[in-house]
Amino acid sequence: MSDLKVEIKPENLVYKKSTVLTDETMHYCPGCSHGTIHNIIAEVIEEMGIQESTIGVSPVGCSVFAYNFIDTDWVQSAHGRGAAVATALKRLMPEKMVFTYQGDGDLAAIGTGETIHACNRGENITIIFVNNAIYGMTGGQMAPTTIMGMRTATSPEGRQADLHGYPFKVSNMVALLDGVSYVTRQAVNSPANVRKAKRALRKCFDKSMAGKGTSFIEFVATCNSGWKMSPAASNKWMEENMFPVYPLGDIKDI
Amino acid sequence: MEEVRLMKGNEVLAEAAIRCGCDGYFGYPITPQSEVLETLMERKPWEETGMIVLQAESETAAINMLYGGAAAGKKVMTSSSSPGISLMSEGLSYLAGAELPCVIINVSRGGPGLGTIQGAQSDYFMSVKGGGHGDFNMIVLAPASVQEMNDFVELAFDLAFKYRTPSLILADGVIGQMMEKVVLKPFTPRWTEEEIIKMNGSWAVTGKKNRTRNVVTSVELDPLAQESFNHKLQAKYREIEKNEVRYEAIRCDDAEYVLVAYGSSARICEKTVEIARENGHKVGLLRPITLFPFPNEPLEKLSKYVKGFLSVEMSAGQLIYDIRMASKCRVPVHHFGRMGGMVHSPSEVYDSLKSFFSLN
Repeated sequence: MSDLKVEIKPENLVYKKSTVLTDETMHYCPGCSHGTIHNIIAEVIEEMGIQESTIGVSPVGCSVFAYNFIDTDWVQSAHGRGAAVATALKRLMPEKMVFTYQGDGDLAAIGTGETIHACNRGENITIIFVNNAIYGMTGGQMAPTTIMGMRTATSPEGRQADLHGYPFKVSNMVALLDGVSYVTRQAVNSPANVRKAKRALRKCFDKSMAGKGTSFIEFVATCNSGWKMSPAASNKWMEENMFPVYPLGDIKDI
Repeated sequence: MEEVRLMKGNEVLAEAAIRCGCDGYFGYPITPQSEVLETLMERKPWEETGMIVLQAESETAAINMLYGGAAAGKKVMTSSSSPGISLMSEGLSYLAGAELPCVIINVSRGGPGLGTIQGAQSDYFMSVKGGGHGDFNMIVLAPASVQEMNDFVELAFDLAFKYRTPSLILADGVIGQMMEKVVLKPFTPRWTEEEIIKMNGSWAVTGKKNRTRNVVTSVELDPLAQESFNHKLQAKYREIEKNEVRYEAIRCDDAEYVLVAYGSSARICEKTVEIARENGHKVGLLRPITLFPFPNEPLEKLSKYVKGFLSVEMSAGQLIYDIRMASKCRVPVHHFGRMGGMVHSPSEVYDSLKSFFSLN
């Protein structure tokens, strides 16, 4: 039997803060998924040893200041234009790892065009899409991905098809495009899912660096402040209501 | 050996970009400037200099690709025409706000709306009074010949990087489409990665190696910090106004009346000056080459001696306001110009000059 005192040493710790995360206190609400997603991005960058050659593109939305937390070079993009910004970064610096980090308002509403065309051109970038079905930063308005019946500041009686249309399944759509090599939908609501999501993210980054075309990873995420629920309740609500609309798992892998 | 060619204005923009070591061009087809992208795709500079050329899905995407490329500290360029530049205005504001050097070319056409595809000069306000939201200016160069289309590409890059600000070349469909003799510049190699790190490494996203991370952004939560950044930007614009005014004065020394015109309108006015002089009228031409910074000083000086100015612009009259400001309204300033893609003739300009100032 091994001696525990011998085993518990800093170099043997399995979980520690990634060296790619800064010491800045995250501004996200308690219970928000952004922090955990940032964490696994930092871990993947650290594990791949690409901190010096990674460029992130941050969106407009709650994660506009993602550059304060992940210690790589960053470009803050205009609302929705991340994929266009990343296109030029990657084409001009093909040896770099370029990823965008975008919410559902940024990517699935105002930036739909830039996203689809970057995917269709097969840009060798990873698009990280955080779908919490609501506009967090502006105060909880309806997003394209808001699910049917969901109440928001601009759908106070719940999303109705005749008034607002239907939840936008972006990942399923980009999976149809020839330039896209990998599309996956993940969540960080449980330790098991965090591990799965990290593996999927690593696959995205590997494919981007191998020049396989666009990798697209959707995180079905919580916004407990916008949803007006406790962190625990929002996790449960997400599992019960969002997962049926946005089922987790790989959608395309070629 | 000097390389002389007969080329279209738009073709020259492409050639000049390749030769001055441009790293990337991102554009969307729009008449009357589509030859820029066409020429580049035919020239395949990626095989020759490594320059990237990409057809974007919209002008919105193109200007944001420019933003990404410029953030990397690379020499990047786009071109479009009036409606396309309207779509780019969000991006122009972000480029100015993030202090990114780059070159934008507007081969302008008649408007408003979809308008016409013929050359016009009705984008003056949009170019010099801010091409988007917020307090910002761009350096604006106005070429009046195919030769200047060639020369101003490199100049626009030099100024953009000198001041870390977007440079706009405001051409028009006439200059873009016409063919003239042009002396091409020799090839300048593209910057190496080491050179980019050396020159732009303090701000460009070249990868966080041996330094703290670089972040290209224009967002600020604290209004006081935003104001202090705005003061910095304004100081830069004052510096540009001090150092970079360019203009050409033709027969202004003894002139009683001075035509003020830029771009293709200035070419037309050169002929008007000849006609007027043949008829015994002392007429000169002041041609602003930089529209921002505007040649206020020479106009102010002239306003003390001349009897009047005629602003000649293919528009309803936009340049005229800057002439009135510069001349402090000491003498009458009038406007003449055809609109919507119509081009005035030298004699039309002469007739309007005679009529405004009651000349025989």
